[in-house]
Parts: sequence; structure tokens; C-alpha cells
Amino acid sequence: MSREIVIDPMTRLEGHGRIHIFLNADGGVDRAYLQIPELRGFEKFVQGRRAEDMPQITSRICGVCPMAHHMAATKALDDLYQVDPPPAGRKIRELLYNAFMVEDHALHFFFLGGPDFIVGPDAPRQKRNILGVVDAVGLEIGKEVIGVRKQLRDLVAAVAGKAIHPVFGLPGGVSRSLSGELQQQAAAAAARAIEFSQFALGAFRKTVLGNPGYVEFITSEAYTHRTYYMGLVDDANKVTFYDGTLRVVGPDGKELLRFAGRDYLDHVAEHVEPWTYMKFCFLKDIGWTGFADGAASGVYSVAPLARLNVADGMATPRAQEAYEEFVTTLGPKPVHHTLASHWARIIELVYAAERMAELAADPQITDPQVRTLPAAVPREGIGVVEAPRGTLFHHYRTDERGLVTAANLVVATQNNAARIALSVDKAARALIRNGQVDEGLLNRVEMSFRAYDPCFGCSTHSLPGHMALIVEVRDADGSLVQELRRD
Amino acid sequence: MTSTMTKPKIAFYWCASCGGCEEAVVDLGEDLLAVVELVEVAFWPVALDFKREDVEALEDGELAAAFINGAVRTSEQEEMARLLRRKSAAVIAFGSCAMFGGIPGLANLYESRDILDAVYREAPSVQNGDGTLPAEQSRVPEGELTLPAFSASVRTLDQVIDVDYYLPGCPPPVGLIKSAVTALLEGKLPDRGAVLAPDVALCSECPRAATKPDKLLVRAFWRPHQGLIDPELCLLAQGLVCLGPATRAGCAAACPGGNMPCTGCMGPTSNVVDYGAKALSAVASILDADGEEEIAARVAEIADPVGTFYRYSLPASLLHGRVRPPAGKEKKEEAAP
Repeated sequence: MSREIVIDPMTRLEGHGRIHIFLNADGGVDRAYLQIPELRGFEKFVQGRRAEDMPQITSRICGVCPMAHHMAATKALDDLYQVDPPPAGRKIRELLYNAFMVEDHALHFFFLGGPDFIVGPDAPRQKRNILGVVDAVGLEIGKEVIGVRKQLRDLVAAVAGKAIHPVFGLPGGVSRSLSGELQQQAAAAAARAIEFSQFALGAFRKTVLGNPGYVEFITSEAYTHRTYYMGLVDDANKVTFYDGTLRVVGPDGKELLRFAGRDYLDHVAEHVEPWTYMKFCFLKDIGWTGFADGAASGVYSVAPLARLNVADGMATPRAQEAYEEFVTTLGPKPVHHTLASHWARIIELVYAAERMAELAADPQITDPQVRTLPAAVPREGIGVVEAPRGTLFHHYRTDERGLVTAANLVVATQNNAARIALSVDKAARALIRNGQVDEGLLNRVEMSFRAYDPCFGCSTHSLPGHMALIVEVRDADGSLVQELRRD
Repeated sequence: MTSTMTKPKIAFYWCASCGGCEEAVVDLGEDLLAVVELVEVAFWPVALDFKREDVEALEDGELAAAFINGAVRTSEQEEMARLLRRKSAAVIAFGSCAMFGGIPGLANLYESRDILDAVYREAPSVQNGDGTLPAEQSRVPEGELTLPAFSASVRTLDQVIDVDYYLPGCPPPVGLIKSAVTALLEGKLPDRGAVLAPDVALCSECPRAATKPDKLLVRAFWRPHQGLIDPELCLLAQGLVCLGPATRAGCAAACPGGNMPCTGCMGPTSNVVDYGAKALSAVASILDADGEEEIAARVAEIADPVGTFYRYSLPASLLHGRVRPPAGKEKKEEAAP
């Protein structure tokens, strides 16, 4: 009597997410599984490589967020060789990192997740893309999105060699200093980014907050999970991306842990299931109790919503203002509504733009002293950053020549994997009744994980891809009853 | 995306890749909007809503060009590559993974089983007492779930289908993408088999070229983290392993511009069969050493020769990393007329 539904991206793209739903005799959902069907194995084939090549090799895990891997690897090299970059070296890194955050968050809002809201969750599929957004907001704004992105990426390329797969990270600093000319280029890009971030915030207010239906949708129980949250904070507990202390708060918002990235193995563990290539992170302090939320389960979440939940605020004025509006509207914290991630992402975009401007205006950033040369014998190094999609750990062991003997990569989406699995299961249970599956359902289920901006490419170091879906409804004998596809 | 009968149809597709090639296309920026006006994009899974069925419904050879990035790893990717081959007048291997296997091609150094063990059993953060590995079939309380088998074997696009043109780079430089698309639209593509990039060594466009001595001699090589790199001087002359002399131009020497050595992502110029061998001999030839023995000893001092010289090209190389042509190779689809 039981039936199964498989939501699978186009079969030609093995490297994408697949949702397998088991129905019970009443046509309700027994359990929905999110499967990740591909793996590339960077952890193995980086063995034998030169440690200093890791920032360039691991950036190839993902061409969408190469800077995040490049920077986590570079920081792991600092730790490996026990060197701190001089102030200008550190500031150049953080400047480019924030430029990358603006550009990546903007990409998500306007190209990937935003269309659901700007064009509408029930708009025709052909419209729910960047072209639909341009139709909705106007060609001029579409060109501005392209223009800002180009200006930021040109800056990254000018300083880091290339925007896609940068080359400037070295243990103890960066490969080149910042000229006065490049500093001006950075200041101009930052000013435009701030303006753009205010526009994005305005667009979100108008299209989402101005629509009571959306607010109700965001706060609905189907998209809500009470879990732990993890993210980097600075000394004042404000959100930070490039460096800081890891803070974990519980479902009640109280601080559970504060720890340095290099102690991650004391607190972060991974669970293996035989039915997916994805590993599921959990808090070692709480333990793995299966796919469950609540204070008794070690499942936690990372990325924009988690970062806002672990922090006490934002370190720059416009972002702080936006943060307060967020807390007033959706608080008290922690905000457990997954779809609020979209709003949190824009608040972070504002912060990243403002932080860029601060760094570009810092006279010390053009100091020619940008590297500290390593002297220590390399052994082990751990680096952590906040990638756009959450906390990212790179951990290497090497021989005395600095050749990698072991590597561990705990990637942003992997930290979120258990909660994403919960979200998909919960959305499916809430939305599927009497075995009825229709087109509209697909996007609603899709939205439950698109909010995380998941990068399954990163998380299994496998193929990235768009979330095309195929639903197959099969009866107990396995014969096809119904097929829906949207690829 | 209006379509008319006269607009040439093109397709973009990704196999095993990181998404960087797609980002490079988006980096065309406003030029992308202009291109979209001139062509009909018939298939681009990352951005547009067309299905495999739409491709299947095309006449053979109806697509003016298919740009395929990423190496080939799965049966699905192989099928899709064959389908696009049949439907396209021209297939362009887009980027270093499609051309040479790319960085994921380094996986060919290891067996799948070793990779699975490293990820699921040996990683220090894993808690996996009973040694569970992802399995092709597994029982869950509600029924059975399946996964595709994990394959470590990475192939280049032309080990699977015939390729007409090659666009190298990791990712291909925006300027080269633009020229390739322009040449396509103007019907000015060169002879089949051509690499759509300058056929000269990278040094020719390096901003440091003037500081490269006529006769380079290096006593010993050092690694980038070991010293301060002069931002003006030829990197080889400084004693860094820079692969510019063995590598094709076309990127405006982006990495030397970022004050780091070239790592060879553009691949070789057209007269070279095996990029890594060429790069190694280029480096060995400038060693200031006496006799073959000393040269061999100096070369042996270079850490990780495979990762240094074959970083992007192991699957395409003549070395053991080469993947045996699959049975399907003999059945390569004929190029559409």
C-alpha cells in the first residue's frame, strides 16, 4: 500500500540533490530523505601536494565561492607555519573577503533565492529567474546589479590575480601590497556597494515585508526549526566573516560555547549515513541523536540566519539599524524561521559593504609590509572563516617539507546538512496530503532548502548545480503512477 | 530571450566542474546581454529553463555550437556529451577540466576506495564507529535507498566525444570567451581542432617579460612561501618554478600579475603532446647544474612534481594517470555535418 516519491534533479546531472519521499498507507509522508549522490574526494588527492598550493587547489572545490576556500586555506597556512600577517596583509585579506561577500550575497538575492520573493513563489517557472527579476524591477536596476558585480570582481582580480580562483594568499600575508591607486579603486567600489546594499534592503522591504502574506509564510511552522546556531563573532559579539571566535547559542538563545577555530575537533563532529555522500555535522558537546531539532539534539545551523542569531549585533551603523528592524519584526532571538535567512543575508550584505569602506579608508592598508616569512617547521594547521553559506574549516597535516599528509575539510553546507534534511522532511510532511503532489508543491519544498543557499558542490566537494527537480510517484511494486518534472 | 529563425542556436553545459566556468560566462556582464540578443540560447541548465527533451527534439547539427565545461566522470555526463555532439555543428571544450581533466583529475592518482576511506573513516572529525560508508543500496526503516557508485576516474571531453575547438583556462579568460563567441557569430572560426587562444608562450604577454634574461640559469628553486617575491622581476629568474615558458598565452599573465608564479592552467602550445613533460623539461633546462646526474638530483629536489607539472592535465597526460579509453571510445559519435 505504501508508495514512494523520488524528487530527483535531472538524471543527467548526477551531482545534485535528490529527495526521496516514502508515503504511508494514508497517503501522508512517512519520511523524506535528502540524498547527495556525488563526491570528488579532495581530502584524498590533496595528499602529497605542497601546502602552499592549497589555497589555489582547494578553491577549485567551488567556482562560486573560491575566495572562501582560498582564505580558509590561507589561514590554515598561517597556523601551519605559526605566522601572523602584518597589519596591512591582514587588512588586504579582509578587504577582498568582504568585497567577495557583497558580490556573492547579491548573486544569491537577485539570481537564486530572491526571485521567489521578487517575482513571487507561485509565478511561472520561466519567470522565476534573473530575467524575471529584471522584468519586475527594471532594466536599469538589472544593469546596476551587473555593474556592481563587475566593479567588485575587477577589484578582486586586480589585487588577487584572478576573481575566479585567486592566487594572492600565502602563509603570513599576501603576495603583493596595495598601491594607492588600488586603494582608491577599492574605496570607489565600496561606496557603490553601500549604495547598492541600501537599494537591496529597500527592495526586500517593499516586496517582502510590504506583503503580509509573505511575512506569514516566512514565520509559518512548516519552515521553522529550533536548533543550535554557530558562527564567528568579534570581541564585542558582533558578526564577522574573516576572523573571530566561534560562538554557539542554543534554541533558547543562551550561549553554549565559545571556542577558537583551532579547537574545532573538541566541538564539531560528523555523522555518516549509508544513503548519502553528505556527512552531517553535529555538536560533540550534545551528541548525535538522529535527525531531530530541539535542545537535546546536537544538530546546529550556520550561515546568515545563524550568524545573526549568535551575534549581539552588527559592527557597522547601517547594518546595525537593519539588524534592529529584523529583531523587532521577527524576534525575540533566536529567529528560528528558515526563510528569514534571505533577510539576514541582505543585512550581512550591508555590513560587508560598510566594512569594505572602513578598510579601504584605513591608511595602514597601503603599507608595503604585507608578509611575515615563516620560520617554523610545519606540522599541522587549521583555518576557519565564515563563508557566505556558513562556517568553513580547513585542516591540514604535513611532513617537515610542508607536503600535505592529511586534510580535513568541514564545509559550510555540511554544517547545515542535518537541519536542511529536517527542513525538507518537515516541508514535505506539511505539504503532501493524500499522496497528492503538484507543481506548486515542488517549489515550496525547494524553497525549504533554497533559503540556506546550499552549495552541494561545496559540501560534498562534488558537482554544484541548480536545483532541478523530478518527482516520481511510484506504487509499492515500483511502477510509475505519476511523474512531475521541472528541470 | 526572443527567438527568430535566423539566430544561431547555442548551448552551454557543465559536466564535472566547480561552477567557475559558468561564473566566467556571467562575468561577460553587459556583453552577455548583447550576446543573448544575437543568439538563441537553446540550453543552459544553470540559468534557463530548458530540458533534455528540448535538446533531443532538435535536428542533428541544429545547434551552431555547444560549449561544454567540466571533465567527464559519470555515465549521465557521457550521455549528455554524446547527445550535444550529435546536435551540434561545433563542440567547444570549455576550460581546463574539459580540455585536460583539470584539478579534479588529480583524483586519478587514487583508487575510489582510498578516497571513501579518507572521507568517511579517517577524517578526524568523523564519528563512525562501525565504519559506515555510503552504499549503492541501503535499507532504511521506510524502504530502500540507492546511490550512484562513486567513480574516481576522470576523463577529458575529447576522450569521450570528438571536439572541434578548445578554450583553455581555469576558468577561460573573459576576453577569450568574447573572441570565441564573436568568431562563431561572424563565421570566422579557424580550422577544426584549433585552440581558441594565442599559440605562443605565456612569457610573451607577461608584464615581467623585459626582465627575463636571454639565458636563464637558476642554481636552486625555492617555494613561494619561503621568501619575498619581487613584483617586477621575472619569476623564474628569481628562482621560482613559474610555468610561463611551457604554457599558452591568453590570460594576460594573470597570476604573475598577482605576484605569483604561473601554474599552467592554460595548458601547452599546439606543438606539445604532454604538458607536464614539457613543463618539467622547460624548468630542468634552466638549472645551472653540471651533467645529467646533478640535473636529476636538482629536479628531484622539486617538491611534488606531479602536482606541480600535471596540476591541470593528469587525465590528458601520457603518464599512468591517463584513463584508459573506455569501450565507448571506438563508438565516438560522428561530428554532425
